[in-house]
Amino acid sequence: MELICPAGTPAAFREAVDAGADAVYCGFRDETNARNFPGLNFSRDELHDAIVYARKKGCMTFVALNTFMRAGDEEIWYSAAADAVRLGADALILADFGLMAHVREQYPEQRLHVSVQASASNPEAINFLVEAFDAKRVVLPRTLTIGDIARIGRKVKCEIEVFVFGGLCVMAEGRCSLSSYATGKSPNMNGVCSPASHVRYRQDGSDMVSELGTYTINRFSHGEAAGYPTLCKGRFDIGDARGYAFEDPVSLDVMGEIEALKDAGVSALKIEGRQRGKAYVAEVVSTLRQVLATAPSGRGPLLARLRALSEGQKTTVGAYEKRWR
Amino acid sequence: MTELTLGPVYYLWDGPKWRDFYFQIADEAPVDRVILGETVCSKRQHFIEPHLAEVVERLERAGKSLAFSSLALVTLERESRIVKELIETSDYPIEVNDLSAIGLIKGRRHLVGPLVNVYNGPTARLLAQRGADRICLPPELPFSSIARIAADAPDVALEVMVFGRMPLAISARCAHARSKGRIKDNCQFVCGEEPDGLSIRTLDRQSFLVLNGVQTMSHTCQLLLSELKDLQEAGVNAFRLSPQDCDMARIAAIFQETLSGSMEPQEAIELIGHTYPKAKFSNGFHHGREGAGWVSRAKSNAHAP
Repeated sequence: MELICPAGTPAAFREAVDAGADAVYCGFRDETNARNFPGLNFSRDELHDAIVYARKKGCMTFVALNTFMRAGDEEIWYSAAADAVRLGADALILADFGLMAHVREQYPEQRLHVSVQASASNPEAINFLVEAFDAKRVVLPRTLTIGDIARIGRKVKCEIEVFVFGGLCVMAEGRCSLSSYATGKSPNMNGVCSPASHVRYRQDGSDMVSELGTYTINRFSHGEAAGYPTLCKGRFDIGDARGYAFEDPVSLDVMGEIEALKDAGVSALKIEGRQRGKAYVAEVVSTLRQVLATAPSGRGPLLARLRALSEGQKTTVGAYEKRWR
Repeated sequence: MTELTLGPVYYLWDGPKWRDFYFQIADEAPVDRVILGETVCSKRQHFIEPHLAEVVERLERAGKSLAFSSLALVTLERESRIVKELIETSDYPIEVNDLSAIGLIKGRRHLVGPLVNVYNGPTARLLAQRGADRICLPPELPFSSIARIAADAPDVALEVMVFGRMPLAISARCAHARSKGRIKDNCQFVCGEEPDGLSIRTLDRQSFLVLNGVQTMSHTCQLLLSELKDLQEAGVNAFRLSPQDCDMARIAAIFQETLSGSMEPQEAIELIGHTYPKAKFSNGFHHGREGAGWVSRAKSNAHAP
């Protein structure tokens, strides 16, 4: 199975390549990708250098253009696609059908992957994208169990890539407007979720309050670590109950299940985290590389090291296990 | 001619309530088109089945155009089967809400629901080429995008949701069941206890969202009335009312009177407030702001009615 690794900066890109990534995915420094954060991503020149570096080391580069084109400004996405193709991207990761159709028509030889943001969660959806746009690979949404993935794997005419480590979307990806409901900025339109520009921390007595827009997302009592107010990981009152309404502040780690994923027909494992620093990327990629190279019985210490690398050190296997639902 | 569409009931209403709601719609509501069928959770399907035939008959007798909604999130084999069967056996047009339905329905005339990501003209044109006659655009879209899509895709009819809590997200996980100590697989249909959604408030007691099974919706109710004229001029020719647990026939009548020019938007906003008194209204997405916001035409910094 291929290891697909994130890079938000040229430095992280080189670390990922050196640590043994089979492919590194990244995006341009604008709203054409779903990690449009300040200080992150690549200029055209930086992508050129990155691809040259990766090629020399036998590593592929995937370019994410996985937001939805703003009506009237399609040229921004078209020119990003043109430049990614010209610079030699091994695959484009796309979510918008309009953009998929454009890429298919303009660059018939370009390899096209379906982004998780397209929310292709079943065989009929995936085969539609294969037939309509000649998609070669689909990144599955984090809404499926390993059993579901195996069933899909038997029925689809393309490769399957799944997220195994890093941030966890609780909602079906690409189908969530929670962030824009509170802030006006969304993953689909702006490439951001719960953006830092709308985050505020406020001391209230002994509590630290985290806010997104005008909404309180969490309250932390004295001594409790204050997490980032990602909307779906907040604490709320739901009817008469109080707690994490959607999901605790945990991250995804299914490296303990990679044999089952392999049996399910998965051909690539994806690490989330283009917003993470180069040291984190290097450590995670090299550890996952070692996990893949080690027999299942000997993986214990490596898996423990991964757990320590996770945000807040609490992890979940998420939807991959049925009871999560 | 501008049309009014009644979107599918997103909530779980018990069979008799669901039936009586549509009987009232058939008898009293000036809507042109009614979209029927479970959209949110495949487990709920059996609640409406015993009443479907009589509801369809009553609505048809009242001269309503009918269409059936496909499921929003399809992950299980059973759900794939439900969508396939709906498309293969329905005598009515289908409103597609996920990619599997878009793939399966190719070449047949159909509608596209607001849960499909149509953000631009090229995507709208692509769907039209595959057989879409009408697209109800996602609630997140600002007016600038709506107008541009209408200009770029003149061959497909466009619809915009103008009333109702907005569908904001859907998950494989049922937060509604979890809040009551259950999980999706043994939920016992606890989402039926809240026919207008289960309120999520912030720890500072701000009303924020509501849960509807696996779907998360806005606490605010989308209300576009002052905006109807701009939308019509941009080429939008249908407006969607999404059912809430209030007098929807009255809501439809208020919209109809506003569209015909016999009622001013400001008066209509007040009347809607009386008809759905517990609602807080929003139109922020339309104006390119946070979706929960309210932009008043008269005073741009006024608060919601």
